[in-house]
Amino acid sequence: MINFDYVRVSTIKAAVDAIVKDNNSLWLAGGTNLVDLMKKGVMTPQKLVDINNLPLKEIKKEGNKLIIGALALNSTVADNELVRKEQPLLALAVQAGASAQLRNMATVGGNMMQRTRCPYFYNTDMPCNKREPGTGCGALKGFNRMHAIFTDTEKCIAVHPSDMSVGLVALDATVLLSGPRGDRRIPFQNFHRLPGNLPQKDNTLERGELIVAVEIPENKLNKHVHYLKVRDRTSYAFALVSAAVAVDLEGSTIKDIRLALGGVAHKPWRLTEVENFLKGKAATEVNYKQAAALAIRGAKGFGLNNFKLKLAPNTLVEALKTATGKS
Amino acid sequence: MAKKGSGQNQAEENYLNESRRNFFKQSSLLTALAVTPPAFLKAAEEGLDEKAAGYFEKMPLAIQINGVNHDLSVEPRTTLLDLIREQLALPGTKKGCDHGQCGACTVHVNGNRVLSCLTLAVTAEGKKVTTIEGLADGEKLHPMQEAFIKYDGFQCGYCTPGQIMSGIACIREGHANSDDEIREYMSGNICRCGAYPNIVKAIADVKKGGQTL
Repeated sequence: MINFDYVRVSTIKAAVDAIVKDNNSLWLAGGTNLVDLMKKGVMTPQKLVDINNLPLKEIKKEGNKLIIGALALNSTVADNELVRKEQPLLALAVQAGASAQLRNMATVGGNMMQRTRCPYFYNTDMPCNKREPGTGCGALKGFNRMHAIFTDTEKCIAVHPSDMSVGLVALDATVLLSGPRGDRRIPFQNFHRLPGNLPQKDNTLERGELIVAVEIPENKLNKHVHYLKVRDRTSYAFALVSAAVAVDLEGSTIKDIRLALGGVAHKPWRLTEVENFLKGKAATEVNYKQAAALAIRGAKGFGLNNFKLKLAPNTLVEALKTATGKS
Repeated sequence: MAKKGSGQNQAEENYLNESRRNFFKQSSLLTALAVTPPAFLKAAEEGLDEKAAGYFEKMPLAIQINGVNHDLSVEPRTTLLDLIREQLALPGTKKGCDHGQCGACTVHVNGNRVLSCLTLAVTAEGKKVTTIEGLADGEKLHPMQEAFIKYDGFQCGYCTPGQIMSGIACIREGHANSDDEIREYMSGNICRCGAYPNIVKAIADVKKGGQTL
């Protein structure tokens, strides 16, 4: 690993100032992804600004919103009573990611900021428009088994690896930011982005904007939830496809529903249109299959990931069945 | 391979290991010299230790390892794993993949299991670290160490320090209530010998024993 400068900050303002002042600096939270990327030479900051002392670890209820500090550890979120009771889908999604050791290190903000696990991004000898814009996408005609089936460009077909984010996008979360020009709020759905002409940009943050917290509005979707993650081994692997499901059932009628997929796009993939299709319908496998067919419309395989065109709808149907007890 | 019990072969093996070690020492010293800036070498020659240390911008680090307080000086890029193994000569913690994928480097920081290969040592300022060397009470092994022996929870043993550190934390966290739960919460520790069934048995037995770990 190349050497770098290291400073600690203890206020949000100092954290923002340090990054704005120095273009080659990055914030360090849990470091589980950044330190790895630095070892590989994929990311080469000249300075790390350690933000672990910022007072952003709290998980609390404010009015009808659950507020989770950006530095709350993944393990803390997954085991938190309030989260498990009010937003169990989030606990399940966080729990499905990484390992116990990594969840003890990784933070909520850092989880959102993790980079893709595309092997071409990780290998500095390979072309990658995300790592080095203009060099091409190695995955497009290469080993693309893990890659996206929903994309707006062939410049980058990487997927976002976070499970937690799939849960948060389904739960209508909002991201709270603090930056050089003050505070800002972004709907979680607009936090991550599709690659378009700027595959190097994973999200819509501006330089110097720090994630302070995520906020989840109260809902009645905590009774029937499931996070189904399909992967190459039962635990401790990134998703091939994952599905987040939260349903408000009245008898066997779907009163309200939230759906999202992971492992299919450059961002966690919310299925608003499919939700609208299922609202007011009966919780039956027939309806779930129609919904899944709708969910996969517009998807496209790139060769080795063609199996996801079947796996994604099947995963959604299974997750719906489990969440609503129809399995 | 030298057979066990053959004195001649054993001596030869020791000799070979010794020369291998010396070779590695020498070759890494040469590599280090080759990439060291001339000003640093000059400073080192003149015995200007402080100036030499400053060249790589080392940082002070106060850290407690296995109950012993250390006041150290480390480069920011030094991982906790390398600090423990190289600078503090505690080789019990293993370097497996060095990329957070295997769990061999698992240690406890302030009582919580983390991966020391992805932890920058400077971020452990003021914290208490426990490694596999810090578990036994003199000659008396930790209950988890005893259980791994009792249930044969290893073959080659390379992943074992990480498995044991992780197993203790798994029970402390309250995630060892069934074999399935143990498997899920131990998934961050890979064992290429495949000793998993016996590792699960060892952890389940310690959990059943009900001792405070």
